[in-house]
Amino acid sequence: MARLAALVVLALLALVPLVPMGGMRQYVLHVVIQVFIWSFIGGAWALMGRFGLVSLGHGAFLGLGAYTTTLLWNFYGVSPWLGAVPALLATAVLAFLVAYPCSRFRVVGHYFALVTLAFGEVIRLLLIAERDWTGGSLGLTLKTAGSDASLMAIQFADKRVFYYAALGVWLFGLWVWARLDRSMARAAMEAIGEDETAAASVGIHVTRFKLAITTLSAVLTAAGGILYAQYITYVNPETLAGIGVSLRIVFAVVLGGMYSLLGPTVGTALTIALSEYLRVVFGLKFIGMAETIYGLLLVLFIIFLPSGIYGSLRAALRHARLPARATA
Amino acid sequence: MLDVTGITAGYGQFTALWDVTLRVTAGEAVAVVGPNGAGKTTLMRVISGLIAPRTGTLVFQGNALGGRPPHEIVAHGIAHVPEGRRIFPLLTVAENLKMGAFLPSARSDFTASLDRVHRLFPVLAERHRQRAGSLSGGEQQMLALGRALMSRPKLILLDEPSLGLAPVMVLRLFDLIRQVREEGYTILVVEQNVRQVLKIVDRAYLLEVGRIKMEGRAEALGEQDFVRKAYVGL
Amino acid sequence: MIDPIFLVEAAVNGILLGGVLALLALGLNLIFGVLDIVWIAYVDLVMLCMYAAYFVVQVYGWPVWVGGVAAVVLGLFLGVAVHVLIISPILSSPPINQLLATGGLLFFLQSFATFLWTTDHRTVRLSLPVIEIGGMFLSFARLIAFAISILAMLGLYLLLKHTYIGTAIRAVAQDRDAMALMGANPRRVYLVTSAVGGAMAGVAGALLIIQYSVHPYFGAAFGPLTFMICVLGGLGNMVGAFVASFVMSEIISIGGVTWSTEMGYVVAFALFIVMMFIRPGGILVRRD
Repeated sequence: MARLAALVVLALLALVPLVPMGGMRQYVLHVVIQVFIWSFIGGAWALMGRFGLVSLGHGAFLGLGAYTTTLLWNFYGVSPWLGAVPALLATAVLAFLVAYPCSRFRVVGHYFALVTLAFGEVIRLLLIAERDWTGGSLGLTLKTAGSDASLMAIQFADKRVFYYAALGVWLFGLWVWARLDRSMARAAMEAIGEDETAAASVGIHVTRFKLAITTLSAVLTAAGGILYAQYITYVNPETLAGIGVSLRIVFAVVLGGMYSLLGPTVGTALTIALSEYLRVVFGLKFIGMAETIYGLLLVLFIIFLPSGIYGSLRAALRHARLPARATA
Repeated sequence: MLDVTGITAGYGQFTALWDVTLRVTAGEAVAVVGPNGAGKTTLMRVISGLIAPRTGTLVFQGNALGGRPPHEIVAHGIAHVPEGRRIFPLLTVAENLKMGAFLPSARSDFTASLDRVHRLFPVLAERHRQRAGSLSGGEQQMLALGRALMSRPKLILLDEPSLGLAPVMVLRLFDLIRQVREEGYTILVVEQNVRQVLKIVDRAYLLEVGRIKMEGRAEALGEQDFVRKAYVGL
Repeated sequence: MIDPIFLVEAAVNGILLGGVLALLALGLNLIFGVLDIVWIAYVDLVMLCMYAAYFVVQVYGWPVWVGGVAAVVLGLFLGVAVHVLIISPILSSPPINQLLATGGLLFFLQSFATFLWTTDHRTVRLSLPVIEIGGMFLSFARLIAFAISILAMLGLYLLLKHTYIGTAIRAVAQDRDAMALMGANPRRVYLVTSAVGGAMAGVAGALLIIQYSVHPYFGAAFGPLTFMICVLGGLGNMVGAFVASFVMSEIISIGGVTWSTEMGYVVAFALFIVMMFIRPGGILVRRD
């Protein structure tokens, strides 16, 4: 039953770009593309977050990934397809630098979050410092491929191409999540999340799992960053590696609920919708209003609805379906 | 003085105490003994307020204290010397004792209380500027007990005071507890060392798997059967 | 080769900067040590206090010391407000929720400040002299700020060591439950701690506004650095934070003169990463 519904939704999504929308099409596609990409990134983040590895510095992976491909393309004409290889490798190395000492030496919780925050800052500052080739805080525009559509350069004037690419990537992210959910790794990570010492004592190789999850999350995030950069054709240290970005990812996932498959998507969709709505309503008059409301909502949500909208809805539905059980 | 009636309590899904009832009259020394995991520490924590009971009542000198937070319960005159001492390792001995007298009622009698503690435990006076974490196990236990005395309690809860102490220290400790008792304090002590504790208390309860299985006067219980039960739980 | 006098000047400036950084780090550590929660938005509270001082002095024309007092009072009030409104309800929530709550506060403060005051940089224009000592040019403002920060830290030390509530704060940081057994209402201790932490933010704000201009994203500049200092010194470790503040400020200052400002930061952060591998618990590992 659920599978049929999913297929229907999928078909609908695939048809969206073909629906006549008049002048609105570009805008709608633009928004939905962003939702897909950032949901994918959010899901990648949630791979760590759901097991207690809260990273406040995922912007580091976004920035590292996107800048690597962009620099290689702009300066050496290397196609992003190829450029992605060193980009993802570099990200994996960064993930190792973060995860290894932390897991080896039991840096967890608040400590770990602050370390990731620091790494995010390091990347951001490095990008700004090396302004001679990165363009510093002004960012870098992707060198145009010269034509309207270039698969080699992953640059397309037609948003519909990016729409399907983003849709595909988003689905891929869901698939990765679902696979992880069903795997032994999930059980192991949950054990680690609950009690590391106990997990280690039953033979779970804690460090290895943490490293693996962090690397996976980082690499996927970087891939998302690369796609985003190709779509926007512009990279900037602040919009990719700033604390704001990192926090916004976390916010969206928590809003939607990080323990469920579609939680990150729901949360991302909502935050982007909110941001667009506020932009339409307030225009440039109230700069900062969207974020102000985000911040307020985030705080309120944490206090009153900690498992996010999607998570809370699911829990509520579950309670409604089952009759009250007698307690022991 | 203390009436514990029908207490059921536990952690999360797990229930550690089932319908526990006991009482302590003023001036008495009562022990709760039992094998490991019987729920003795849980019982102490319920009385001192660290855990809220699920059912049952806790009445101390006519006041219903069940479920109240620890700092309120202390204010009523119950001092809890926790399992493992839980002294403040980075504070000095003097500072630890100072913290014991945190209550306004205790602070006004600070000097008198401090003198009494120093009299009972001279080593604390000697080492008053030493970091508490660097004291020996026995000294830490004395500090914990002295700290409890600083709050001018009417009832003192002692949770496994002999835990981790060398046998010589254990004898010293129980002697000290007896002295404290002679100063007029009412004592409820939870212990694994059954033989020793029975020598200094008036009555004892046997707690097994969360339930009171036996109670009686210390002399009467000082026979093989009870002691064996307390250790092995058969 | 750089003229050694510049290096010495940078080193001295590093120490002066370190003083204020230490204030920030200590405030954050104090709260973490007792409450086990990191206020991600801590430096944004400092930002608000800076604005307060700015408005009092630059806009309304009051003397500087009034601005300073205003900043401290606001800091104290903010500390209490944040604790009561945000932290208290989530004391028993999982760490991620706590991080996000203060993270949300960060968003909120930065954007609300943007909304209220735009991103323009605001400066308190004080004509404080530049002093020359042995060929080095040192800003008087910096010297004063350093002196006051040392006094503030001394005050904090005295509070923690010699007052009842101060010792209780240290005790709660070591063992929360045990202190409750002494009759201390943990809530009250948290409140006092938050108020003190907030007041320190206020002092830091007053000292920073005379050296830097304030804008809504000030927290983005100083925040991560403060966190790094705390981690480097060991979260919750006051002495460690103190030492780490000066280590980092020296690297930033000397690195800034030797290469560029950003590179100074990069080297400091690189040191941070290296330290994570060598001593993840912090420079003076002591606390669990």
